[in-house]
Amino acid sequence: MDDFLLRALLGGTGMALIAAPLGCFVVWQRMAYFGETIAHAGLLGVAFGLLTSINLTVGVFLAALMVAFGLRLVEKNSPLAKDTALGLLAHVVLAIGLIVTSQFQSLQIDMMGLLFGDILAISMVDLLMVAVGLILIWGLIYYLWQDLLTLSIDRELALAEGVPVSRVEFLYSIAIAATIALSMKLVGLLLVTAMLIIPAAGAMNFSKTPEHMVFFTGIISIFSVVLGLGASLYIDIPTGPAIVVAMAVFFLLSLAVKRHMS
Amino acid sequence: MSEMTIDTVQPVAQTETSDLLIKASSVGFKRDARWILEGIDFSISRGEIVTLIGPNGGGKTTFARICLGILQPDHGKVVRKNEMTVGYVPQRLKLDRTLPMTVKRFLTVRQKVSDARLEEALLEVGSAHLIKAQMAELSGGEMQRVLLARALVNRPDLLVLDEPAQGVDFAGEAALYELISKIRDKFGCAVLLISHDLHIVMGSSDRVLCLNGHICCAGVPEQINKHPEYARLFGKDRAEAYGIYAHNHDHEHTLSGDVTSSDDATGSDTGHPHHDGCGSGCGHDHGAGPEKD
Repeated sequence: MDDFLLRALLGGTGMALIAAPLGCFVVWQRMAYFGETIAHAGLLGVAFGLLTSINLTVGVFLAALMVAFGLRLVEKNSPLAKDTALGLLAHVVLAIGLIVTSQFQSLQIDMMGLLFGDILAISMVDLLMVAVGLILIWGLIYYLWQDLLTLSIDRELALAEGVPVSRVEFLYSIAIAATIALSMKLVGLLLVTAMLIIPAAGAMNFSKTPEHMVFFTGIISIFSVVLGLGASLYIDIPTGPAIVVAMAVFFLLSLAVKRHMS
Repeated sequence: MSEMTIDTVQPVAQTETSDLLIKASSVGFKRDARWILEGIDFSISRGEIVTLIGPNGGGKTTFARICLGILQPDHGKVVRKNEMTVGYVPQRLKLDRTLPMTVKRFLTVRQKVSDARLEEALLEVGSAHLIKAQMAELSGGEMQRVLLARALVNRPDLLVLDEPAQGVDFAGEAALYELISKIRDKFGCAVLLISHDLHIVMGSSDRVLCLNGHICCAGVPEQINKHPEYARLFGKDRAEAYGIYAHNHDHEHTLSGDVTSSDDATGSDTGHPHHDGCGSGCGHDHGAGPEKD
């Protein structure tokens, strides 16, 4: 197997494993648009990364983190509904990202790569970051599991039962920001939240416990990465979108399985 | 005819024993520079059932959250007993249908519980058969009982229920009130109940507090048997679970709605014997109650 293909496979599998538990929480807490908003910070993050010549993934992570904090501020201090606050922030950061990139002619941004990802160009450094991300994020989720579950069941209940809600939500935002930054290379900023939502939405159809759902989400993600990579190699289609379409196929299959079971 | 005890200013529990769970002194709470609660003196001890009533926006839930320690008061202070175990039953669980979870799992999330204790709690609320059911598939009444079971698992000193009968029919509500009363008798815990009805309250409440920014009045509910009209309305079996609360206000609220005098089914002529104190000065919107002007 070619080196680049092996790297793509490893990177994709790592991302699938990272996104599985977080994706479940995104679905349970109805936060799909939260990931979307953070993804909009990607362009700003890339510009930031290029200007300061730090790693692009780190740049995007920092920008995403900034948006997560901004969101928290807006939520706390304004009467806006959550989706309005998210919509506001998403487009403001996207606009700022576009302005910044337009001001620096020296910025050579591969727009297509940014928007749609290029998993076949994944480097050893990228792979290493995915590995580190996997360990850190799974460690964090394991540590917060019971609190996050309680929070997903009901925020009021979590508050009343003494869950440190603000701290848990803060750490969770960091994990989401990191996941989005890491998976940008794979599927690009336009499709980044697909990794979080679609596999979890599929797994929900045949899960009886929260842990089952995380497990099946991971399985669906990994199969989708393999299928998407294979499809892009053999019929020459872009890899990121191929992975997302593969996820959608598994989602439809899960609906069929559910109907069959009931 | 029994005399009602009316305390506009809530008396501090007579005996300052370890039974006292929460003591709030002149508590105030502000939101956006507006005082939502002001000058609340309140206490609750083990074995007591206190029902909190009042108009929407009167601060019931806010006050309950202060008692729970979720919110900090902007004025006054709240002393809560050390190591107090609190069971909280929210109005409605926001649990999303996408989160697969059995009742058993729900009862054990974030709390270590033996299987025996688990079954005991479910038996207590008459829902042992639901242990393997999916949370998303429970009916409204079943959900209330399961929520109560979760609150009971840790043998709470204080049980806080936020409008537990919301969305349950009268029969369900009566059954729930009987259950809560039974739980109090058995475990000796204190119960703080937020109720949506201004006049019909849980019959075994030891005290009723009417909250509208401040404590408008406080007292004990009367037996519903004394009001034949009500007794007939609820039916003999259920009437026991309910009590009637006669408000006794000595002031008006500027923002209040009109007194609804000719208001619907319960009829305005049930002959309420203790309404003299409310008189014409009472400007509250008393909803569907038997107002007599």
